[in-house]
Amino acid sequence: MISASSLAREDHRAQNSKITMQLSGIGKSFSGVNVLRGVDVEISGGEIHTLMGENGAGKSTLVKIISGVQPPSTGTIEIDGQAVQFDTPAAANDSGIVIMHQELSLMPDMTVAQNVMLGQEPMIAGLWVDNKALRETAREALRKFGFSLDVDTLVRDLRVGEQQLVEIARALIMDAKLLIMDEPTSALSQSEADILMEVVRDLARQGVAIVYISHRMDEVFEISDRVTVLRDGDLIGTTLASETTPGELVQMMVGRAVEIKPVQRTVPAAPDVVLKVEGLTAQHQGRKVLDDVSFELRRGEVLGIGGLLGAGRTELLETIFGARGGGHAGQITLEGQVVDLRTPADGVDHGLALITEDRKGNGLLLERSIADNVVLPLLPRKSRFGVLSNQTRDDEAQRVIERLRVAATGVDHTVGRLSGGNQQKVVLGKWLATGPSVLLLDEPTRGIDIGAKDEIYDLIGRLADQGLSVLFASSEIPEFLAVCDRMVVLCEGRVAGTLNREEMSLDAIKDLSMQFEQL
Amino acid sequence: MTSVTDVNEKSPLANMGSSGAYQKLLAFASLIALLIGFSIASPNFMQTSNMIAILQATSVNGVLAVAATLVIITGGIDLSVGTLMTFCAVIAGVVLTYMGMPLLLGVAAAIGAGALCGLVSGTFVAKMKIPPFIATLGMMLILKGLSLVISGTRPIYFNDTPGFDQISRGSLIGKVIPSLPIPNGVLILFIVAIAAAYILSRTVLGRYTFALGSNEEAVRLSGVNTDVWKMRIYALAGGICGIGGILIASRLNSAQPALGLGYELEAIAAVVIGGTSLSGGRGTILGTIIGALIMAVLTNGLRVLSVAQEWQTVVTGAIIILAVYADMVRRKKSG
Repeated sequence: MISASSLAREDHRAQNSKITMQLSGIGKSFSGVNVLRGVDVEISGGEIHTLMGENGAGKSTLVKIISGVQPPSTGTIEIDGQAVQFDTPAAANDSGIVIMHQELSLMPDMTVAQNVMLGQEPMIAGLWVDNKALRETAREALRKFGFSLDVDTLVRDLRVGEQQLVEIARALIMDAKLLIMDEPTSALSQSEADILMEVVRDLARQGVAIVYISHRMDEVFEISDRVTVLRDGDLIGTTLASETTPGELVQMMVGRAVEIKPVQRTVPAAPDVVLKVEGLTAQHQGRKVLDDVSFELRRGEVLGIGGLLGAGRTELLETIFGARGGGHAGQITLEGQVVDLRTPADGVDHGLALITEDRKGNGLLLERSIADNVVLPLLPRKSRFGVLSNQTRDDEAQRVIERLRVAATGVDHTVGRLSGGNQQKVVLGKWLATGPSVLLLDEPTRGIDIGAKDEIYDLIGRLADQGLSVLFASSEIPEFLAVCDRMVVLCEGRVAGTLNREEMSLDAIKDLSMQFEQL
Repeated sequence: MTSVTDVNEKSPLANMGSSGAYQKLLAFASLIALLIGFSIASPNFMQTSNMIAILQATSVNGVLAVAATLVIITGGIDLSVGTLMTFCAVIAGVVLTYMGMPLLLGVAAAIGAGALCGLVSGTFVAKMKIPPFIATLGMMLILKGLSLVISGTRPIYFNDTPGFDQISRGSLIGKVIPSLPIPNGVLILFIVAIAAAYILSRTVLGRYTFALGSNEEAVRLSGVNTDVWKMRIYALAGGICGIGGILIASRLNSAQPALGLGYELEAIAAVVIGGTSLSGGRGTILGTIIGALIMAVLTNGLRVLSVAQEWQTVVTGAIIILAVYADMVRRKKSG
């Protein structure tokens, strides 16, 4: 329960209740796939510690482990020298660890005071909520933290930036010593973000440890004391923000220690253009996600689509495929014909295939068999009078298993029980069975182990040799060097540059990725 | 390591993969246990006539439960199956008794009306994105009201249509095997069930039904027009409710416009007891039929033992909770 004493304790924070959290050898695996390996990080009270990494690098898994949502598979957590184990988020809260989620977790139809005091309501005789005390305590807390918010306003009526402040106030009232903020500025305007960052700095001055997740380079350098970079589940390093540069951080996020050997291509790309994109511009929630993007894809060519997180890679592939429902400006020409694709069905009809970046979320039916997954886009074509024989279904699935060397017990193997690499092979196989002319690959090697990655690079090379045209979007720069004939680098939705095979290098790609970033 | 526990079942009734197989087995075992238990408790229970009464009592609920299963596997719910059944019975009454049309036309009208209403529900859900619970709750009330309006709140009798009552009460099997007078209603239930199981396991529609319930976005991104397929599934379920309407009208030799409310919950209960997941993607017709049989056996057995009807309802409620809890425990174990 909140009381005057816990507010009074606030004043002593700077002196005696600074937290030190030591993570040693933290690892996490899901059904045999390591998503986090041997991560050592120290977080101390008073510092703003930024976590960086591309999607799938392991940031959210690490945060879940720190905040008690998931236990680590290996490794230990020590707080102030004492080993701790959080079985529930509540246990982590008790140790002063509070997480602010990317999505707000406020009750929109309750007042600011009710939200701030949720779970800490002052009671009368242990039965009734003391509304007067609740409002008073909330008001005093908000004033103390320097937030000018009316405690009686419904959260629904606040702007997003103000709602963030309510979340922070709620965390502080829980006596947070370590506050985790997952991209808190992603939905804020610049001025709101400025206010928020001032608040964050102020908290750090009071001795609170801040774990800050962001991919906005300018923000990271404005606010961080230290930066920890994760990539593919590995800790790449922790460095003082004052001793590094944006270029170095990008290198840490996208480079890979293990060099990838380039795939041998036997047939050069033909001169004829299969896919031509001109002036493609698309909006999402009022923000331009693609801005005048133009390029050509030739037959048998693997064209890389590079750029940092949020540069528009996924949006580009989805728009071409029709998955974003039209509404874009610009022209897409397929095999010499101008097309207007508004649904994925349109895309499939025109010989496109999209392998999405989120294979579990929207690429597969995890509870169903390999056979059921493989036939999904094939059903209308392979069925007669609406009936598909099990024989046809199993034959198609068997072909995929053999062609892509899927390690499975058979066509009835449940897809959710395959390893990440084999799941990805099923997705690829399902689309190859449709006989596409253009393959749109979005992070096709995310979350799968090195061996399976090499197999997929080889496969892409062989498919291109057979005349398939491939758009290959990735956040890992070395991958482009391995498989791509040419590449387009996007930055903030715009084409920052096009590179030929000879021009491609880690530095060239990295520089283009940050072309329009304001630092 | 990946475990190798998946079994491929080849029987058309059971071929829905291994998911739900455990609970189906559990449900089947419970059914057998109930039969044995009631037989020991009362010598009157295991009589041919009583068994046939149980089957007859299962027929209408079973047909509606099959319809509900299809919708539930897509991840939806259909609360309108009961009043849609009544609406279709009333339509049959209008066509046969008021308009004096031939028997087959009445049957076709009832099934057609059911499919059309299902298509309307499906349009609400797929095109207008109204949550299935709300869309079919609305349809449930609309159809109840329409049944009363069309019939003038009075039952419509089928005395002028000779043979109509035989649809459910006659026995083709009894003509062949006189010692086994299984009513046609039961025969129709099994035909509907086998057809639905075939559709689910062999046809494009069936595969999309499961796929939609597993991951609708993945299906859409596979180039499937998910809206259209969803509407077709609701229409099919509606058509099956039309068959249910014919069955009940035939059994009562009348269309009772006030009937129907509450049937949807009985149907959903049978589906759930049979191991179909309310979150979609998993389920079997065989399980649903076993679920419907369990409910009928319970009601009948408790009546034979002279347990008050109020208590029968209590027991049915407890069974539903137990059945779903057993499934939860299993799924938590298998992770």
